[in-house]
Amino acid sequence: MANVSLRNLVKEYDGGVQAVKGINLDIQDHEFVVLVGPSGCGKTTTLRMIAGLEEITKGEIDIGGNVVNDVPPRDRDIAMVFQNYALYPHMSVYDNMAFGLTLRKFARSEIDKRVKNAARILDIEALLERKPKALSGGQRQRVAMGRAIVRDPKVFLFDEPLSNLDAKLRVQMRTEIKKVHQTVRTTTVYVTHDQVEAMTLADRVVVMNHGIIEQVGPPQELYHHPTTRFVAGFIGSPAMNFIPARVENDAVHLADGTFLPIPDARRERYAPAAGRDLLFGIRPEHLTEQRIGPNRADIIITPEVIEPMGMETLVHFHFGDARDFCAKIDPTAHAAPGERLVLTADMSNMHLLDAATGRVL
Amino acid sequence: MSATIGRRSGSLRAERRWALWTAYISLIIACVIFLMPPVYMLITSLKTNADIANLQGNPWIVTNPTLEHYRSIIGNPLFLTFFWNSIKVTVLTVVVSMVISVLAAFALARMRFWGSQWLATGVFLTYLVPDTLLFIPLYQIVGGLGLLNNTWGLVLVYPTLTVPFCTWIMIGYFASIPKELDEAALIDGASWPQMLIKIFIPVALPGIIAATIFAFTVSWAAFVYPTAFITTPDQMPLTIGVVSTLVRGDTFAWGQIMAGALLAALPPVIVYAFLMDYYIAGLTAGATKG
Ligand SMILES: Nc1ncnc2c1ncn2[C@@H]1O[C@H](COP(=O)(O)OP(=O)(O)OP(=O)(O)O)[C@@H](O)[C@H]1O
Ligand SMILES: [Mg+2]
Repeated sequence: MANVSLRNLVKEYDGGVQAVKGINLDIQDHEFVVLVGPSGCGKTTTLRMIAGLEEITKGEIDIGGNVVNDVPPRDRDIAMVFQNYALYPHMSVYDNMAFGLTLRKFARSEIDKRVKNAARILDIEALLERKPKALSGGQRQRVAMGRAIVRDPKVFLFDEPLSNLDAKLRVQMRTEIKKVHQTVRTTTVYVTHDQVEAMTLADRVVVMNHGIIEQVGPPQELYHHPTTRFVAGFIGSPAMNFIPARVENDAVHLADGTFLPIPDARRERYAPAAGRDLLFGIRPEHLTEQRIGPNRADIIITPEVIEPMGMETLVHFHFGDARDFCAKIDPTAHAAPGERLVLTADMSNMHLLDAATGRVL
Repeated sequence: MSATIGRRSGSLRAERRWALWTAYISLIIACVIFLMPPVYMLITSLKTNADIANLQGNPWIVTNPTLEHYRSIIGNPLFLTFFWNSIKVTVLTVVVSMVISVLAAFALARMRFWGSQWLATGVFLTYLVPDTLLFIPLYQIVGGLGLLNNTWGLVLVYPTLTVPFCTWIMIGYFASIPKELDEAALIDGASWPQMLIKIFIPVALPGIIAATIFAFTVSWAAFVYPTAFITTPDQMPLTIGVVSTLVRGDTFAWGQIMAGALLAALPPVIVYAFLMDYYIAGLTAGATKG
């Protein structure tokens, strides 16, 4: 087990594509870190550099106190679970898991003990004699994890391990992975483009975009205190609503003409931004059916589409120039398309962003 | 509604019947064309010399079947020498070709290095140069090495026929194997040779076997090079041995030639019969990869 540090890490592919543009990240021992971001943002590239499968163009990677830039993958003492599992098709499940230990010349009894133990943790004891092609997707996924667990490496690397599974199994395996991590406590770097996966699994989430790190933090912090427009829009589902706004006389003046009072606690913070072009951001879950209370402000809208989800109902509407605004209301509240509706914005959960830089104020 | 569906499926069945008919007819024609010569050889090899010489009567009918030609050719020590030479040269050629082309194909399919694309195309282009063109310069080389009239000279030159094509079909097959497989092995602690031997080659076996069969067939059937480089019977492989010893001037020992040729064709047939499935899997994987 070990901590992992990335220092000014750069990856430039042949042809000049900079996939990773100088990132810095310190991962603590035992920590579960999730790299998340849209397709092509450099997550896989970063992970492959940590694994030693991709050459580092510039910068340093440090695993457990040693710079490993020039250490081949087999000497880095890491284990990786691939998206397509990459099980050895000609070997039984047992041999798949034992392979790494056999190469490292472990005693047969020790190998047997570890494989059986991992099989027990993953609930695949009955499958040990099977070949990979006789396994279901979820079972292959478990074997791939087993192959990583038996090695007891310093670091686990996962590259979108659940994206080949159907939605239900994905949720189940997600829990499984979290359980395994709570048992073995190995430092883990996990790549996904699914923000729900990131939020549920991570001790800390690393949001990447275009080869840089936008923000690093625990899931709750990213949710409540995003620092950039990208993170604010990326974390949370449905995504945060944005509309152009200005600050005037301790109120947010939205582009559609609505005035919303700024909560007392934030007045000082937003005062310097008075008169500048801003974006007002609010999550659908903070835009509800009419409720009375402190730091709340009403807006009047006309719903376009109503989507009942069971435990909540989504209301979509135009708001000024903003096309798809979304609110989450109580399923018992009355709402109908085309019928006037009063919503309440929870102003203590609002965000104001600089329209030019996209930074959250 | 149901009527249209009925008609549609009816025409579909008719179409399918047409397709089947066309397929069967062309397959039968192909079979007849390809099987006629060997069948004729078999018939001739079972006839007595008198029957062969007799131009009256139907040549496709054997009146007095005999194994005399087989007996005499197997009893001929030269024939056994040819057979042994063929086996020796072929086995060595296959081993040499496979070692070279597995490594070459792995490098060209897996490792991105400067010029690897061009090199892969180049390998294929060399396959297009016919041996009838190459034997003259190769004669110089083999002669320079003192290997003329020596089976070792054949072991040296046969790979020039086999390696390019073997490499080519294996590049296609190897590219169809996910590279995560090698990467997983490397991360699991394998060195490059370990990864090749324990993971990659077993997984790539169908492609490798296809290439092996090709190399086997080519070196077993090679004719131009042994004709050019071998002069004495003790170094001859079957292909030229049978022809050169059983044809004396104008006299053709037809019965023995046919028996010898059929016996010579036996090993490839056996190899194909056992490895057919692999061969097809390997070739088609290469084919779809383009
Ligand atoms: N071998 C390569 N050669 C050139 N460019 C590459 C190579 N691999 C990746 N890239 C580029 O680098 C960028 C980052 O790729 P990467 O695979 O790291 O993205 P990702 O974040 O994992 O995306 P995804 O979620 O789609 O897997 C992309 O723009 C991609 O096109
Ligand atoms: Mg990726």
